Amino acid sequence: MSMANSRRDFLGMVFGGFAGAGGLAALYAMKRTWDPLPSVMAAGFTTVDLSPMKAGELRTVTWRGKPIFILKKPPEENCNHIPDETKKRLVKVGDSEYLVMIGLCTHLGCIPSWEPDKKTFHCACHGGEYDACGVNTFGPPPRPMDIPPFKIEGTKLVLGEEGPEYKKMVGKA
Amino acid sequence: MAHFTKANSVYEWLDQRLALDKLWKVLAAEYWIPKNINFLWAMGVVLMTMFTILLISGIFLLMYYKPDTKLAFDSVNYTIMQEVWFGWLWRHMHAVAASVVFLVIYIHMFTGIYYASYKRGREMIWISGMLLFVTFSAEAFSGYMLPWGQMSYWAAQVITNLFGGIPFIGDDLVVWIRGNFYVSDPTLTRFFMLHVLLMPLIIMAIIGLHFYTLRIPHVNNQDGEEIDFDAEAEKYKAGLKKESKVIPFWPVFLSKDFFVLGVFMIFYFYLVFYHYDFAMDPINFDPANPMKTPPHIYPEWYFLWSYEVLRGFFFNVGPLSAMDMGLIAFGIANVIFFFLPWFDKNDEVAPASRRGGFKVWFWLLVIDMIVLTIWGKLPPTGFNAYIGYVAAVGFLALWAALPAVTARKTGLLWFVILVTLALYVAGYMEYTKALGNGFLIVSLFVIFYLLFFLNPVMVRNRGGAR
Repeated sequence: MSMANSRRDFLGMVFGGFAGAGGLAALYAMKRTWDPLPSVMAAGFTTVDLSPMKAGELRTVTWRGKPIFILKKPPEENCNHIPDETKKRLVKVGDSEYLVMIGLCTHLGCIPSWEPDKKTFHCACHGGEYDACGVNTFGPPPRPMDIPPFKIEGTKLVLGEEGPEYKKMVGKA
Repeated sequence: MAHFTKANSVYEWLDQRLALDKLWKVLAAEYWIPKNINFLWAMGVVLMTMFTILLISGIFLLMYYKPDTKLAFDSVNYTIMQEVWFGWLWRHMHAVAASVVFLVIYIHMFTGIYYASYKRGREMIWISGMLLFVTFSAEAFSGYMLPWGQMSYWAAQVITNLFGGIPFIGDDLVVWIRGNFYVSDPTLTRFFMLHVLLMPLIIMAIIGLHFYTLRIPHVNNQDGEEIDFDAEAEKYKAGLKKESKVIPFWPVFLSKDFFVLGVFMIFYFYLVFYHYDFAMDPINFDPANPMKTPPHIYPEWYFLWSYEVLRGFFFNVGPLSAMDMGLIAFGIANVIFFFLPWFDKNDEVAPASRRGGFKVWFWLLVIDMIVLTIWGKLPPTGFNAYIGYVAAVGFLALWAALPAVTARKTGLLWFVILVTLALYVAGYMEYTKALGNGFLIVSLFVIFYLLFFLNPVMVRNRGGAR
């Protein structure tokens, strides 16, 4: 009797384990099916030539479907709120300095608009405000605008690749 | 095997094989309904009708809709609206039904709360109903995205972004859900699949469950009276229809349902033919543009209350950012109704009008949710931000207070009220910039959330509210 029972238990456990392994494999397949496709991943690079930009000009480029703000800094201008933070966020390309950031509000992802006379970014969705360096100064945004991974090649900026300047900036090097 | 004899009709042939007679008795002719219920109990049948309309109009829209970011907008706004004969009718019926179905769901829910139809044996009815509310929300949201207009696009952007708030895996999870780094074609096609197949299947399964949960505890009534359904049914079957407290669902009760349904359908088709635009946001007639955000983003009216809870907190408290607090409060708001049977500590089943403190609680909840809904649509600037905060904290405070109200623990109730008022004062000082993330406000929020999560466990019932 106990012999038969334990054999039955054993069969039950083997069956359960087998079905469980199959279920896990299926779950993994389902997870991978929802992952971004290889073609989407491969299209994740954008190259921008920064040399024609004027001081104080803001340019918006698209990278991975997101707006990227590139602001060429005039030499005298500064973000007064947090000077250290500003220095950390400036990218030196050639002789000039640039601010490069993902133009999405860090609260819920709307696109803040640049107000050149006030030198601020204003997000209309929930009233968030950022200074000219993309540092959050008011409202619900929890952190400054994110820095996209970039690499510098001469006067060109390659978005999507982690160059040494990027790694230094985000403290990965 | 059962014994089969030669059948004299098609019905008899089927009855022998499928027990049609018995099935009909169980489902309708001998499904007993108390006599003492008002028109509010007809909302179930209204909802079932609305769901059927959504399903049928959806099937016709599906024949011309194209789930492709390049084609979706025109397939709705040009092909269906201009070319397809009666395409406009299906679209307006679908859009209006999607909106009013939530109105009826809210009436259905608050009827259940008012008459205490969620407790003493009826918990599963309540829980399966709340599951339906959640799945209907997912269904509505995934459908809202399909026309690929500006509001659709940015609603999808904001809602998928919410998952970024989850610690550690948030950012990767957002990319995984979208199938791209931004809301794009794979996002549209998977939401299309959810909207036309997976969610409707789940909804139909839960509707089945919701009906099943009624079978044993039966429908509640206006007085919360406990009825012996078997005994009353025997009386009815014996011909004592006047003495019996119950009537069969078919045909007696349904005749009342059909009357209410008829009135409702007049209202529904009035909206479909004359005011269909109330269910359509003008911004959604601009095609989606990932590089430009509309100046003011808001959801459809039925999500405004929880949207306002999400954005009601506008200042940081120590390590908790305003966004985190909003997310926590939003999370609580979306699951708290499930726990209503346990937050209510009073076992007595009676309408709110006879339950003293609960009556006040019920109407305060209704008023607070209306305030949240109105302010959820207004831009959150200036004093609006503070009103949103008061209503959002008020919503949480009402739930924190419910066990104290129903167990008649006045001491605890006063404590909740005082903490809430202190939060309002502290919030106002923060609003006027008189207080900067002070120790006071941190400790107040700690007390508040502790109160919230420990409350139902701590409070014991002290008998009925009379």
